Amino acid sequence: MEYILIFITAIFVNNIVLSQFLGICPFLGVSKKVETAMGMGAAVAFVLTLATIVTYVIQKFVLDAFGLSYLQTIAFILVIAALVQMVEIILKKVSPALYQALGVFLPLITTNCCILGVTILVIQKDYDLLTGVIYAFSTALGFALALIVFAGIREQLSLVNIPKGMRGMSIALVTAGLLAMAFMGFSGVDKGLSVLFGLG
Amino acid sequence: MNNFKVLMNGVVKENPTFVLLLGMCPTLGTTSSAINGMGMGLATMFVLICSNVVISLIKNLVPDMVRIPIFVVVIASFVTLLQMVMQAYVPALYATLGLFIPLIVVNCILLGRAEAFAAKNGPLPSFFDGLGMGLGFTIALTLLGAVREFLGTGKIFSITIMPEQYGMLIFVLAPGAFIVLGYLIAIVNRLKKA
Amino acid sequence: MKKLESSLKNMALALTGFSVVAGGLLGWVNDVTAGPIAEANAKTLSDAIAVVVPGFDNNPAEAPETVDVNGVSYTVYKATKGGEFIGAAVQSTSNGFGGPLTVLVGFDADGNIIDYSLLSHAETPGLGSKAADWFKKGAKGDITGKNPGETPLTVSKDGGQIDAITASTITSRAFLLAVNNAYAAYKNQHVDGASGATQQATPKVEVPSDSINVETNN
Repeated sequence: MEYILIFITAIFVNNIVLSQFLGICPFLGVSKKVETAMGMGAAVAFVLTLATIVTYVIQKFVLDAFGLSYLQTIAFILVIAALVQMVEIILKKVSPALYQALGVFLPLITTNCCILGVTILVIQKDYDLLTGVIYAFSTALGFALALIVFAGIREQLSLVNIPKGMRGMSIALVTAGLLAMAFMGFSGVDKGLSVLFGLG
Repeated sequence: MNNFKVLMNGVVKENPTFVLLLGMCPTLGTTSSAINGMGMGLATMFVLICSNVVISLIKNLVPDMVRIPIFVVVIASFVTLLQMVMQAYVPALYATLGLFIPLIVVNCILLGRAEAFAAKNGPLPSFFDGLGMGLGFTIALTLLGAVREFLGTGKIFSITIMPEQYGMLIFVLAPGAFIVLGYLIAIVNRLKKA
Repeated sequence: MKKLESSLKNMALALTGFSVVAGGLLGWVNDVTAGPIAEANAKTLSDAIAVVVPGFDNNPAEAPETVDVNGVSYTVYKATKGGEFIGAAVQSTSNGFGGPLTVLVGFDADGNIIDYSLLSHAETPGLGSKAADWFKKGAKGDITGKNPGETPLTVSKDGGQIDAITASTITSRAFLLAVNNAYAAYKNQHVDGASGATQQATPKVEVPSDSINVETNN
């Protein structure tokens, strides 16, 4: 039950993009078409889940064990960069089809702050490995959901006559604001669910 | 290009927030008030100046193929340094900005300037580029924070301008960040044309 | 100086070199700032204690006592003056609207609330975050001088006597729950005869089951 709660909270209530402000760059950058949005969403879900496992192991068995926790930021970003590179190479060899689909998004992921952000959050929240992985995966799903919905809106938006000054990023941001407002409607759902599940 | 031009380039012509649209996460995430926006801007400026100067000094020692990882190490080191210093001397601000301090590492402004400017120029122009970009970012964040704080709570820098009950709370919350930034960019676009 | 070639040897050397320098530098800064960081944290706590139970002449932050009530641990900081017990600050956490809400409540020797300090919270800025001042002396939801031992504090919506923060009933409930729990821990602390505080059944206060409703403007 706890896991279901984490799952729903991470996707809807505390949506990583629309309420935590992480991963805004790809959210605004690759949301012009639904198709690319889906690719990006899948790539993030893949890398984020993997990165959470690897950084968790590094934090517990290397940084904590040797009292080096102050090197967290530097270690995590290097691990993520290396991991992305590795995933790219392996994918190219093992599954060219998947590489075709996700390949172009992989280099962009290193500087996606939701990866570094979530891996740090998992450590900060003191989750165990399984909870952390579930949290990371649901967060990535939340990211994908926001991205795809937003891309759908932007596809429609491109057909509309918009005042000159508002064109491009300006109208996109205002639209994102309205989407964030819609997601605010979910706030409190986690409270209700935790009561329902008998956790709160 | 002289140093003053480099400086103003970052503040006005290539303003990282309003023109280049870089570093959106902290821009939206930390600007619920003017003071928070300014704190985040100054923190980023510190890292930007330091990493710009160091990278321009070491640029000849860095083989091309591994330059990105090395730039990231330099940036991450300064971010960690900043984290420790802030925790020690301004714990309240550190607690407010929270996760966004370590996330300065992945702020595209830093790696972007390292690649586009510091890796090609000497330490002094790089310093001014960092200062200019940092100032541009700080001004943008402070402005965004001030507008959101005023519309949301009727205050600017915690000084009451209009009674609080007229504040539209939505502007302090997440959606307000997107909407205010959207309109600020529209205004900047309009001014640029004029 | 000529730019280094991208040969394997150079790349490996540069990468290790910079990593070692960066690691060493950070290790040194970590050593330097470890002291001030610990001091800053201790100062935040002792400042908060000085606000909520003023007038002590010992150092309450030095000897915290852990009290278990209903399986939850609370930290109690005892304040004494001239060796006599004058009150205690109790740290208590409950689940607010956005996440955990931690409050430090000061009680005098009779169990009346002197003052409180909101240590950390994740409430909505501008709504729930008002809890930092809302329940202070002279404010709308004033809880100072009240004794949760006589009647547990509840919001007026639940038939209590405290005005909830406008549009933030859940935060207010969570806050008062934390205060009531703090009182329970205060009562359960190790008491010496002079203090006048006696062991008694702990009032366990639950959030009413109808607390599912979302914070809305009402």
